Amino acid sequence: MAKKSNDWRDLYTKKTEDEPALPDGPILFYNELVIEHFTNPRNVGEMPGADGYALVGDPSCGDQMKLWIKVEEGRISDIKFKSYGCPGAIATSSMATVLALGKTLAEAKKLTDDDVVLALGGIPENKRHCSLMGINALLSAIQDYEKNQERQNSG
Amino acid sequence: MIYLDHNATTCLHPEVFRVMEPFLKEQFGNASSSYRLGREAKIALENSRKEVAECIGAKSHEIIFTSGGTESDNCAIRGIARNLRAKGNHIITSRIEHHAVLKTCEDLEKEGFRVTYLPVNAQGQVDPDDVRRHIGQETILISIMFANNETGVIQPVPEIGAIAGEEEIVFHTDAVQAVGKIPVHVDTLGVNLLSISGHKCHGPKGVGALYVREGTPLVPVVTGGHHEHHLRAGTENVPGIVGFAAALSIATRDLRTVSQKISQLRQRFEATIMSKIDGVQVNGMNAPRVPNTSNMSFHFVEGESILLHLDLKGIYASTGSACSTGLPEPSHVLMAMGVPARIAQGTIRFSLGKDNTDDEIEFVMESLMEIIAKLREISSLKEA
Repeated sequence: MAKKSNDWRDLYTKKTEDEPALPDGPILFYNELVIEHFTNPRNVGEMPGADGYALVGDPSCGDQMKLWIKVEEGRISDIKFKSYGCPGAIATSSMATVLALGKTLAEAKKLTDDDVVLALGGIPENKRHCSLMGINALLSAIQDYEKNQERQNSG
Repeated sequence: MIYLDHNATTCLHPEVFRVMEPFLKEQFGNASSSYRLGREAKIALENSRKEVAECIGAKSHEIIFTSGGTESDNCAIRGIARNLRAKGNHIITSRIEHHAVLKTCEDLEKEGFRVTYLPVNAQGQVDPDDVRRHIGQETILISIMFANNETGVIQPVPEIGAIAGEEEIVFHTDAVQAVGKIPVHVDTLGVNLLSISGHKCHGPKGVGALYVREGTPLVPVVTGGHHEHHLRAGTENVPGIVGFAAALSIATRDLRTVSQKISQLRQRFEATIMSKIDGVQVNGMNAPRVPNTSNMSFHFVEGESILLHLDLKGIYASTGSACSTGLPEPSHVLMAMGVPARIAQGTIRFSLGKDNTDDEIEFVMESLMEIIAKLREISSLKEA
Protein backbone atom coordinates (compact mmCIF):
# COMPACT_ATOMS: atom_id res chain seq x y z
CA MET A 1 0.00 0.00 0.00
CA ALA A 2 1.45 3.31 -1.02
CA LYS A 3 0.50 6.22 1.17
CA LYS A 4 -1.44 6.70 4.35
CA SER A 5 -4.69 8.60 4.19
CA ASN A 6 -7.34 9.55 6.64
CA ASP A 7 -9.96 8.26 4.28
CA TRP A 8 -9.60 4.66 3.18
CA ARG A 9 -11.46 5.46 -0.03
CA ASP A 10 -8.57 7.55 -1.30
CA LEU A 11 -6.36 4.52 -1.28
CA TYR A 12 -8.48 2.35 -3.46
CA THR A 13 -10.38 4.55 -5.85
CA LYS A 14 -9.25 4.51 -9.44
CA LYS A 15 -7.13 7.59 -10.06
CA THR A 16 -6.91 7.04 -13.83
CA GLU A 17 -8.36 4.56 -16.29
CA ASP A 18 -5.07 2.62 -16.43
CA GLU A 19 -4.68 2.23 -12.72
CA PRO A 20 -6.45 -0.85 -11.41
CA ALA A 21 -8.27 -0.51 -8.13
CA LEU A 22 -7.13 -3.96 -7.05
CA PRO A 23 -3.62 -5.34 -7.40
CA ASP A 24 -2.88 -7.62 -10.35
CA GLY A 25 -2.34 -11.33 -9.91
CA PRO A 26 -3.39 -13.62 -7.13
CA ILE A 27 -3.66 -12.08 -3.67
CA LEU A 28 -1.79 -14.32 -1.24
CA PHE A 29 -1.82 -12.38 2.01
CA TYR A 30 -3.95 -9.90 3.89
CA ASN A 31 -3.06 -6.31 2.98
CA GLU A 32 -2.47 -3.56 5.53
CA LEU A 33 -6.00 -2.21 5.29
CA VAL A 34 -7.51 -5.63 5.98
CA ILE A 35 -5.18 -6.05 8.94
CA GLU A 36 -6.08 -2.57 10.13
CA HIS A 37 -9.80 -3.40 10.08
CA PHE A 38 -9.02 -6.70 11.80
CA THR A 39 -7.09 -5.07 14.63
CA ASN A 40 -9.41 -2.05 14.93
CA PRO A 41 -12.80 -3.18 13.69
CA ARG A 42 -15.32 -0.33 13.29
CA ASN A 43 -18.80 -0.33 14.80
CA VAL A 44 -18.24 -3.20 17.22
CA GLY A 45 -20.85 -3.65 19.90
CA GLU A 46 -24.44 -4.57 20.57
CA MET A 47 -27.53 -2.39 20.21
CA PRO A 48 -30.38 -2.74 22.64
CA GLY A 49 -33.70 -1.79 21.02
CA ALA A 50 -32.37 -2.05 17.48
CA ASP A 51 -34.76 -1.71 14.54
CA GLY A 52 -33.31 -4.69 12.71
CA TYR A 53 -31.20 -7.67 13.80
CA ALA A 54 -29.54 -10.60 12.04
CA LEU A 55 -27.58 -13.66 13.05
CA VAL A 56 -25.69 -15.40 10.24
CA GLY A 57 -22.90 -17.94 9.86
CA ASP A 58 -22.07 -21.20 11.57
CA PRO A 59 -19.51 -21.30 14.39
CA SER A 60 -18.64 -24.93 13.67
CA CYS A 61 -17.58 -23.81 10.20
CA GLY A 62 -15.49 -21.06 11.75
CA ASP A 63 -17.57 -17.90 11.48
CA GLN A 64 -20.66 -16.21 12.85
CA MET A 65 -21.90 -12.61 12.86
CA LYS A 66 -24.53 -10.67 14.74
CA LEU A 67 -25.61 -7.34 13.25
CA TRP A 68 -27.91 -4.63 14.58
CA ILE A 69 -29.21 -1.59 12.68
CA LYS A 70 -31.07 1.53 13.62
CA VAL A 71 -33.15 3.15 10.87
CA GLU A 72 -34.15 6.80 10.84
CA GLU A 73 -36.03 8.39 7.95
CA GLY A 74 -35.19 5.46 5.68
CA ARG A 75 -31.46 5.60 6.41
CA ILE A 76 -29.21 3.37 8.43
CA SER A 77 -28.39 5.82 11.20
CA ASP A 78 -26.49 3.42 13.41
CA ILE A 79 -24.99 -0.02 12.96
CA LYS A 80 -23.27 -2.42 15.37
CA PHE A 81 -21.83 -5.89 14.96
CA LYS A 82 -20.09 -8.74 16.71
CA SER A 83 -18.21 -11.38 14.78
CA TYR A 84 -16.56 -14.67 15.51
CA GLY A 85 -14.22 -15.77 12.75
CA CYS A 86 -10.94 -15.52 10.93
CA PRO A 87 -9.21 -12.19 10.18
CA GLY A 88 -10.94 -12.08 6.78
CA ALA A 89 -14.34 -12.52 8.39
CA ILE A 90 -13.70 -9.82 11.01
CA ALA A 91 -12.26 -7.29 8.56
CA THR A 92 -15.05 -7.78 6.01
CA SER A 93 -17.68 -7.56 8.77
CA SER A 94 -16.17 -4.26 9.81
CA MET A 95 -16.01 -2.92 6.26
CA ALA A 96 -19.60 -3.98 5.51
CA THR A 97 -20.80 -1.86 8.44
CA VAL A 98 -18.67 1.09 7.29
CA LEU A 99 -20.19 0.90 3.80
CA ALA A 100 -23.75 0.56 5.10
CA LEU A 101 -23.72 3.31 7.70
CA GLY A 102 -25.56 6.43 6.50
CA LYS A 103 -26.94 4.77 3.37
CA THR A 104 -30.64 4.65 2.55
CA LEU A 105 -32.16 1.18 2.76
CA ALA A 106 -32.44 1.10 -1.03
CA GLU A 107 -28.75 1.96 -1.39
CA ALA A 108 -27.71 -0.52 1.30
CA LYS A 109 -29.63 -3.33 -0.38
CA LYS A 110 -27.57 -2.81 -3.52
CA LEU A 111 -24.27 -3.43 -1.70
CA THR A 112 -22.52 -6.67 -2.66
CA ASP A 113 -19.61 -8.71 -1.35
CA ASP A 114 -17.59 -7.32 -4.26
CA ASP A 115 -18.06 -3.82 -2.86
CA VAL A 116 -16.65 -4.98 0.48
CA VAL A 117 -13.66 -6.66 -1.16
CA LEU A 118 -12.97 -3.64 -3.34
CA ALA A 119 -13.21 -1.27 -0.40
CA LEU A 120 -10.64 -3.39 1.41
CA GLY A 121 -8.27 -3.35 -1.56
CA GLY A 122 -8.73 -7.07 -2.12
CA ILE A 123 -8.55 -10.11 0.10
CA PRO A 124 -6.85 -13.43 -0.55
CA GLU A 125 -8.76 -15.62 -3.00
CA ASN A 126 -9.33 -18.41 -0.46
CA LYS A 127 -10.93 -15.84 1.87
CA ARG A 128 -13.33 -14.56 -0.77
CA HIS A 129 -16.25 -16.38 0.85
CA CYS A 130 -15.71 -14.47 4.12
CA SER A 131 -16.89 -11.24 2.52
CA LEU A 132 -20.36 -12.72 2.02
CA MET A 133 -21.03 -12.88 5.73
CA GLY A 134 -21.16 -9.11 6.34
CA ILE A 135 -23.39 -8.52 3.32
CA ASN A 136 -25.70 -11.40 4.18
CA ALA A 137 -26.00 -10.07 7.72
CA LEU A 138 -26.77 -6.59 6.43
CA LEU A 139 -29.46 -7.81 4.04
CA SER A 140 -31.10 -9.99 6.69
CA ALA A 141 -31.05 -7.16 9.22
CA ILE A 142 -32.79 -4.92 6.67
CA GLN A 143 -35.31 -7.69 6.01
CA ASP A 144 -35.86 -8.03 9.73
CA TYR A 145 -36.46 -4.29 9.98
CA GLU A 146 -38.94 -4.37 7.11
CA LYS A 147 -40.80 -7.28 8.68
CA ASN A 148 -41.00 -5.39 11.96
CA GLN A 149 -42.36 -2.38 10.10
CA GLU A 150 -45.03 -4.47 8.37
CA ARG A 151 -46.04 -6.01 11.65
CA GLN A 152 -46.37 -2.57 13.26
CA ASN A 153 -48.29 -1.18 10.30
CA SER A 154 -50.70 -4.08 10.17
CA GLY A 155 -51.00 -4.15 13.95
CA MET B 1 10.89 -12.91 16.92
CA ILE B 2 9.63 -15.66 19.17
CA TYR B 3 9.48 -18.93 17.31
CA LEU B 4 7.05 -21.49 18.72
CA ASP B 5 6.45 -23.61 15.65
CA HIS B 6 9.16 -26.24 15.96
CA ASN B 7 6.78 -29.02 14.85
CA ALA B 8 6.54 -27.23 11.50
CA THR B 9 10.25 -26.78 11.03
CA THR B 10 13.35 -25.72 12.96
CA CYS B 11 16.32 -23.47 12.30
CA LEU B 12 19.54 -25.05 11.15
CA HIS B 13 21.93 -25.69 14.02
CA PRO B 14 25.11 -23.60 13.41
CA GLU B 15 27.27 -26.68 13.91
CA VAL B 16 25.22 -28.50 11.29
CA PHE B 17 25.79 -25.70 8.82
CA ARG B 18 29.55 -25.92 9.39
CA VAL B 19 29.52 -29.66 8.73
CA MET B 20 27.47 -29.21 5.55
CA GLU B 21 29.39 -26.30 4.07
CA PRO B 22 32.28 -28.21 2.43
CA PHE B 23 29.77 -30.50 0.71
CA LEU B 24 27.99 -27.51 -0.78
CA LYS B 25 31.30 -26.18 -2.06
CA GLU B 26 34.46 -28.10 -2.95
CA GLN B 27 33.30 -31.57 -1.82
CA PHE B 28 30.59 -31.75 -4.44
CA GLY B 29 31.33 -35.24 -5.76
CA ASN B 30 28.74 -37.82 -6.68
CA ALA B 31 28.91 -40.66 -4.17
CA SER B 32 28.65 -43.17 -7.03
CA SER B 33 31.76 -41.88 -8.83
CA SER B 34 34.83 -44.07 -8.43
CA TYR B 35 37.49 -41.32 -8.36
CA ARG B 36 38.70 -39.72 -5.17
CA LEU B 37 36.12 -36.88 -5.05
CA GLY B 38 33.36 -39.45 -5.39
CA ARG B 39 34.91 -41.79 -2.85
CA GLU B 40 35.07 -38.97 -0.33
CA ALA B 41 31.38 -38.26 -0.85
CA LYS B 42 30.67 -41.97 -0.43
CA ILE B 43 32.63 -42.07 2.83
CA ALA B 44 30.72 -39.06 4.15
CA LEU B 45 27.47 -40.72 3.09
CA GLU B 46 28.25 -44.00 4.82
CA ASN B 47 29.50 -42.26 7.97
CA SER B 48 26.23 -40.35 8.06
CA ARG B 49 24.29 -43.56 7.65
CA LYS B 50 26.15 -45.04 10.61
CA GLU B 51 25.49 -41.91 12.67
CA VAL B 52 21.75 -41.96 11.96
CA ALA B 53 21.58 -45.70 12.64
CA GLU B 54 23.29 -45.26 16.00
CA CYS B 55 20.86 -42.55 17.05
CA ILE B 56 17.93 -44.97 16.79
CA GLY B 57 19.72 -48.21 17.68
CA ALA B 58 19.65 -49.60 14.15
CA LYS B 59 22.28 -51.16 11.90
CA SER B 60 23.83 -49.01 9.19
CA HIS B 61 22.41 -50.98 6.30
CA GLU B 62 18.90 -50.59 7.73
CA ILE B 63 18.88 -46.85 6.98
CA ILE B 64 17.88 -45.49 3.58
CA PHE B 65 18.00 -41.78 2.93
CA THR B 66 15.03 -40.03 1.36
CA SER B 67 13.90 -36.48 0.67
CA GLY B 68 12.08 -36.29 4.02
CA GLY B 69 9.23 -37.57 6.13
CA THR B 70 6.60 -37.51 3.39
CA GLU B 71 8.74 -39.55 1.02
CA SER B 72 9.67 -41.99 3.78
CA ASP B 73 5.97 -42.55 4.54
CA ASN B 74 5.18 -43.00 0.86
CA CYS B 75 8.09 -45.41 0.31
CA ALA B 76 7.12 -47.48 3.34
CA ILE B 77 3.39 -47.75 2.70
CA ARG B 78 3.40 -48.03 -1.08
CA GLY B 79 6.51 -50.22 -1.07
CA ILE B 80 4.91 -52.78 1.24
CA ALA B 81 1.43 -52.58 -0.26
CA ARG B 82 2.70 -53.21 -3.75
CA ASN B 83 4.95 -56.07 -2.76
CA LEU B 84 2.47 -57.90 -0.55
CA ARG B 85 -0.60 -57.42 -2.67
CA ALA B 86 -0.75 -61.12 -3.52
CA LYS B 87 -0.89 -61.89 0.20
CA GLY B 88 -3.67 -59.49 1.08
CA ASN B 89 -5.12 -56.04 0.51
CA HIS B 90 -5.90 -54.74 3.98
CA ILE B 91 -4.06 -51.89 5.71
CA ILE B 92 -4.64 -50.62 9.26
CA THR B 93 -3.85 -47.03 10.15
CA SER B 94 -5.44 -44.34 12.32
CA ARG B 95 -7.57 -41.24 11.83
CA ILE B 96 -4.92 -38.97 13.32
CA GLU B 97 -2.05 -39.73 10.96
CA HIS B 98 -0.20 -37.04 9.08
CA HIS B 99 -1.56 -36.40 5.58
CA ALA B 100 1.56 -38.06 4.15
CA VAL B 101 0.11 -41.32 5.50
CA LEU B 102 -3.61 -40.56 5.15
CA LYS B 103 -3.48 -39.40 1.54
CA THR B 104 -1.21 -42.29 0.60
CA CYS B 105 -3.70 -44.74 2.11
CA GLU B 106 -6.60 -43.00 0.36
CA ASP B 107 -4.69 -43.30 -2.88
CA LEU B 108 -4.18 -47.03 -2.30
CA GLU B 109 -7.92 -47.40 -1.68
CA LYS B 110 -8.42 -46.24 -5.27
CA GLU B 111 -6.14 -49.09 -6.32
CA GLY B 112 -8.34 -51.61 -4.54
CA PHE B 113 -6.81 -51.75 -1.08
CA ARG B 114 -9.08 -51.78 1.95
CA VAL B 115 -7.98 -49.39 4.70
CA THR B 116 -9.15 -49.30 8.31
CA TYR B 117 -8.77 -45.89 9.94
CA LEU B 118 -8.75 -46.59 13.67
CA PRO B 119 -10.40 -44.11 16.04
CA VAL B 120 -8.62 -42.56 19.03
CA ASN B 121 -9.86 -41.86 22.54
CA ALA B 122 -10.58 -38.36 23.89
CA GLN B 123 -6.90 -37.98 24.76
CA GLY B 124 -5.87 -38.76 21.19
CA GLN B 125 -4.48 -42.26 21.64
CA VAL B 126 -5.03 -45.36 19.55
CA ASP B 127 -6.05 -48.45 21.55
CA PRO B 128 -3.72 -51.40 20.77
CA ASP B 129 -6.64 -53.80 21.32
CA ASP B 130 -8.41 -52.00 18.50
CA VAL B 131 -5.46 -52.80 16.25
CA ARG B 132 -5.66 -56.46 17.25
CA ARG B 133 -9.41 -56.61 16.66
CA HIS B 134 -9.11 -55.32 13.13
CA ILE B 135 -6.35 -57.67 11.99
CA GLY B 136 -7.62 -60.22 9.49
CA GLN B 137 -6.32 -62.76 7.00
CA GLU B 138 -5.87 -60.01 4.45
CA THR B 139 -3.97 -57.54 6.66
CA ILE B 140 -0.51 -56.80 5.27
CA LEU B 141 0.47 -53.53 6.92
CA ILE B 142 -0.09 -51.51 10.08
CA SER B 143 0.93 -47.85 10.03
CA ILE B 144 0.50 -45.91 13.27
CA MET B 145 2.41 -42.72 14.02
CA PHE B 146 4.77 -42.37 16.98
CA ALA B 147 3.90 -38.84 18.15
CA ASN B 148 1.12 -36.74 16.72
CA ASN B 149 2.23 -33.52 15.02
CA GLU B 150 -0.70 -31.44 16.28
CA THR B 151 -1.08 -32.60 19.87
CA GLY B 152 2.28 -34.26 20.57
CA VAL B 153 0.42 -37.27 21.96
CA ILE B 154 2.59 -40.40 21.96
CA GLN B 155 0.98 -43.55 20.60
CA PRO B 156 1.43 -47.00 22.19
CA VAL B 157 3.95 -48.03 19.54
CA PRO B 158 5.71 -50.85 21.49
CA GLU B 159 2.33 -52.46 22.32
CA ILE B 160 1.21 -52.27 18.69
CA GLY B 161 4.64 -53.52 17.63
CA ALA B 162 4.23 -56.57 19.85
CA ILE B 163 0.86 -57.35 18.30
CA ALA B 164 2.23 -56.87 14.79
CA GLY B 165 5.11 -59.19 15.68
CA GLU B 166 2.80 -61.93 16.97
CA GLU B 167 0.63 -61.70 13.89
CA GLU B 168 3.64 -61.35 11.57
CA ILE B 169 2.33 -58.18 9.98
CA VAL B 170 4.64 -55.44 8.74
CA PHE B 171 4.50 -52.42 11.07
CA HIS B 172 5.42 -48.88 10.02
CA THR B 173 5.55 -45.85 12.28
CA ASP B 174 5.86 -42.22 11.24
CA ALA B 175 8.31 -41.02 13.89
CA VAL B 176 8.92 -37.59 12.34
CA GLN B 177 7.68 -35.77 15.46
CA ALA B 178 9.26 -38.18 17.95
CA VAL B 179 12.87 -38.53 16.84
CA GLY B 180 15.01 -35.86 18.50
CA LYS B 181 12.31 -35.14 21.09
CA ILE B 182 12.08 -38.44 22.97
CA PRO B 183 14.34 -41.51 22.93
CA VAL B 184 13.57 -43.74 19.94
CA HIS B 185 15.22 -47.16 19.86
CA VAL B 186 13.96 -49.44 17.14
CA ASP B 187 14.78 -52.59 19.15
CA THR B 188 12.21 -51.76 21.80
CA LEU B 189 9.45 -50.84 19.34
CA GLY B 190 8.82 -53.92 17.21
CA VAL B 191 8.71 -51.81 14.06
CA ASN B 192 9.76 -52.84 10.57
CA LEU B 193 9.75 -49.35 9.14
CA LEU B 194 10.20 -45.96 10.76
CA SER B 195 10.13 -42.52 9.08
CA ILE B 196 12.41 -39.67 10.17
CA SER B 197 12.76 -36.08 8.95
CA GLY B 198 15.86 -33.89 9.11
CA HIS B 199 14.40 -30.42 9.44
CA LYS B 200 12.30 -31.21 12.52
CA CYS B 201 15.46 -31.53 14.62
CA HIS B 202 17.55 -28.56 13.46
CA GLY B 203 18.79 -30.26 10.29
CA PRO B 204 18.27 -29.11 6.71
CA LYS B 205 15.00 -29.41 4.79
CA GLY B 206 14.58 -31.90 1.97
CA VAL B 207 16.25 -34.84 3.67
CA GLY B 208 15.09 -37.67 5.87
CA ALA B 209 15.42 -41.38 6.35
CA LEU B 210 13.47 -44.58 6.40
CA TYR B 211 14.57 -47.30 8.79
CA VAL B 212 13.97 -50.67 7.12
CA ARG B 213 14.49 -53.60 9.46
CA GLU B 214 16.49 -56.46 7.97
CA GLY B 215 14.19 -58.86 6.16
CA THR B 216 11.32 -56.39 5.65
CA PRO B 217 9.71 -57.14 2.29
CA LEU B 218 10.02 -53.63 0.85
CA VAL B 219 10.21 -52.81 -2.86
CA PRO B 220 11.29 -49.41 -4.16
CA VAL B 221 8.80 -46.72 -5.09
CA VAL B 222 11.38 -44.43 -6.69
CA THR B 223 13.17 -46.55 -9.27
CA GLY B 224 16.33 -45.84 -11.24
CA GLY B 225 19.92 -46.38 -10.19
CA HIS B 226 21.30 -48.74 -7.60
CA HIS B 227 21.43 -46.17 -4.77
CA GLU B 228 20.36 -46.83 -1.17
CA HIS B 229 20.45 -50.63 -1.38
CA HIS B 230 18.21 -50.48 -4.47
CA LEU B 231 15.40 -49.13 -2.29
CA ARG B 232 15.50 -45.46 -3.30
CA ALA B 233 17.07 -44.42 -6.57
CA GLY B 234 18.56 -41.00 -7.18
CA THR B 235 21.91 -39.31 -6.59
CA GLU B 236 22.29 -38.93 -2.85
CA ASN B 237 21.84 -35.47 -1.37
CA VAL B 238 25.23 -35.61 0.32
CA PRO B 239 25.25 -32.13 1.94
CA GLY B 240 21.72 -32.66 3.20
CA ILE B 241 22.46 -36.15 4.49
CA VAL B 242 25.64 -35.05 6.25
CA GLY B 243 23.73 -32.20 7.89
CA PHE B 244 20.81 -34.44 8.81
CA ALA B 245 23.13 -36.94 10.50
CA ALA B 246 24.93 -34.20 12.40
CA ALA B 247 21.65 -32.63 13.53
CA LEU B 248 20.28 -35.95 14.71
CA SER B 249 23.50 -36.73 16.61
CA ILE B 250 23.40 -33.39 18.38
CA ALA B 251 19.70 -33.78 19.19
CA THR B 252 20.30 -37.27 20.55
CA ARG B 253 23.33 -36.16 22.57
CA ASP B 254 21.45 -33.21 24.12
CA LEU B 255 18.07 -34.90 24.35
CA ARG B 256 17.92 -35.28 28.10
CA THR B 257 18.88 -31.71 29.01
CA VAL B 258 16.87 -30.09 26.23
CA SER B 259 13.70 -32.07 26.89
CA GLN B 260 13.94 -31.35 30.60
CA LYS B 261 14.24 -27.62 29.95
CA ILE B 262 11.42 -27.62 27.41
CA SER B 263 9.06 -29.64 29.62
CA GLN B 264 9.52 -27.14 32.44
CA LEU B 265 8.78 -24.24 30.09
CA ARG B 266 5.68 -25.97 28.77
CA GLN B 267 4.44 -26.86 32.22
CA ARG B 268 4.68 -23.25 33.33
CA PHE B 269 3.11 -22.04 30.10
CA GLU B 270 0.11 -24.38 30.32
CA ALA B 271 -0.46 -23.89 34.04
CA THR B 272 -0.35 -20.10 33.74
CA ILE B 273 -2.59 -19.88 30.68
CA MET B 274 -5.16 -22.22 32.21
CA SER B 275 -5.27 -20.27 35.46
CA LYS B 276 -5.33 -16.80 33.86
CA ILE B 277 -7.70 -17.35 30.94
CA ASP B 278 -11.19 -18.86 31.26
CA GLY B 279 -12.44 -21.31 28.66
CA VAL B 280 -9.13 -22.85 27.59
CA GLN B 281 -8.40 -26.51 27.10
CA VAL B 282 -5.14 -28.29 26.34
CA ASN B 283 -5.93 -31.14 23.97
CA GLY B 284 -4.33 -34.46 24.87
CA MET B 285 -3.11 -33.06 28.17
CA ASN B 286 -3.67 -36.29 30.10
CA ALA B 287 -1.90 -38.55 27.62
CA PRO B 288 1.86 -38.99 27.38
CA ARG B 289 3.14 -36.25 25.08
CA VAL B 290 6.44 -35.20 23.54
CA PRO B 291 7.73 -32.45 25.83
CA ASN B 292 7.55 -29.53 23.39
CA THR B 293 3.98 -29.51 22.09
CA SER B 294 0.98 -27.72 23.53
CA ASN B 295 -2.28 -27.81 21.61
CA MET B 296 -4.62 -25.21 23.10
CA SER B 297 -8.23 -24.43 22.26
CA PHE B 298 -9.53 -21.01 23.28
CA HIS B 299 -13.31 -20.98 23.42
CA PHE B 300 -15.37 -18.26 21.64
CA VAL B 301 -12.52 -17.20 19.34
CA GLU B 302 -11.15 -18.44 16.05
CA GLY B 303 -7.61 -19.78 15.67
CA GLU B 304 -6.40 -17.88 12.64
CA SER B 305 -7.40 -14.61 14.27
CA ILE B 306 -5.33 -15.48 17.34
CA LEU B 307 -2.49 -16.44 15.05
CA LEU B 308 -2.51 -13.13 13.16
CA HIS B 309 -2.53 -11.16 16.41
CA LEU B 310 0.42 -13.24 17.64
CA ASP B 311 2.15 -12.70 14.30
CA LEU B 312 1.72 -8.92 14.66
CA LYS B 313 3.57 -9.24 17.97
CA GLY B 314 6.34 -11.30 16.38
CA ILE B 315 5.20 -14.60 17.83
CA TYR B 316 5.05 -17.54 15.46
CA ALA B 317 2.81 -20.52 16.14
CA SER B 318 0.35 -22.47 14.03
CA THR B 319 -3.23 -23.57 13.80
CA GLY B 320 -4.40 -27.03 12.83
CA SER B 321 -7.59 -25.76 11.35
CA ALA B 322 -7.59 -23.05 8.76
CA CYS B 323 -10.69 -21.45 7.31
CA SER B 324 -9.67 -21.40 3.67
CA THR B 325 -12.28 -23.01 1.51
CA GLY B 326 -15.50 -21.96 3.09
CA LEU B 327 -16.09 -25.55 4.06
CA PRO B 328 -16.10 -26.69 7.66
CA GLU B 329 -12.62 -28.11 7.90
CA PRO B 330 -11.37 -28.21 11.45
CA SER B 331 -8.38 -30.36 12.30
CA HIS B 332 -8.97 -34.06 11.55
CA VAL B 333 -6.95 -34.90 14.66
CA LEU B 334 -9.15 -32.87 17.03
CA MET B 335 -12.29 -34.15 15.28
CA ALA B 336 -11.09 -37.73 15.86
CA MET B 337 -10.60 -36.87 19.55
CA GLY B 338 -14.20 -35.71 19.72
CA VAL B 339 -13.42 -32.02 20.23
CA PRO B 340 -16.54 -30.10 19.10
CA ALA B 341 -15.97 -28.30 15.78
CA ARG B 342 -16.58 -24.82 17.21
CA ILE B 343 -13.94 -25.43 19.87
CA ALA B 344 -11.52 -27.04 17.43
CA GLN B 345 -11.76 -23.87 15.31
CA GLY B 346 -10.13 -21.90 18.13
CA THR B 347 -7.00 -24.00 18.42
CA ILE B 348 -3.36 -22.96 18.41
CA ARG B 349 -0.43 -25.33 18.41
CA PHE B 350 2.58 -24.05 20.29
CA SER B 351 5.67 -26.17 19.72
CA LEU B 352 8.72 -25.20 21.72
CA GLY B 353 12.37 -25.65 20.87
CA LYS B 354 15.76 -25.80 22.52
CA ASP B 355 16.37 -22.06 22.23
CA ASN B 356 13.13 -20.76 23.76
CA THR B 357 13.61 -18.87 27.03
CA ASP B 358 11.61 -18.06 30.15
CA ASP B 359 11.34 -14.43 29.08
CA GLU B 360 9.94 -15.39 25.71
CA ILE B 361 7.28 -17.59 27.29
CA GLU B 362 6.45 -14.78 29.71
CA PHE B 363 5.86 -12.41 26.78
CA VAL B 364 3.78 -14.99 24.93
CA MET B 365 1.56 -15.53 27.98
CA GLU B 366 0.98 -11.80 28.44
CA SER B 367 0.25 -11.37 24.76
CA LEU B 368 -2.19 -14.27 24.73
CA MET B 369 -4.18 -12.86 27.63
CA GLU B 370 -4.49 -9.54 25.81
CA ILE B 371 -5.33 -11.11 22.44
CA ILE B 372 -7.96 -13.51 23.75
CA ALA B 373 -9.65 -10.72 25.72
CA LYS B 374 -9.68 -8.48 22.64
CA LEU B 375 -11.12 -11.14 20.34
CA ARG B 376 -13.74 -12.15 22.88
CA GLU B 377 -14.84 -8.54 23.13
CA ILE B 378 -15.86 -8.61 19.48
CA SER B 379 -16.93 -12.26 19.40
CA SER B 380 -20.57 -13.02 18.67
CA LEU B 381 -20.24 -16.28 20.61
CA LYS B 382 -19.25 -14.68 23.88
CA GLU B 383 -22.16 -13.16 25.76
CA ALA B 384 -21.38 -9.64 26.94
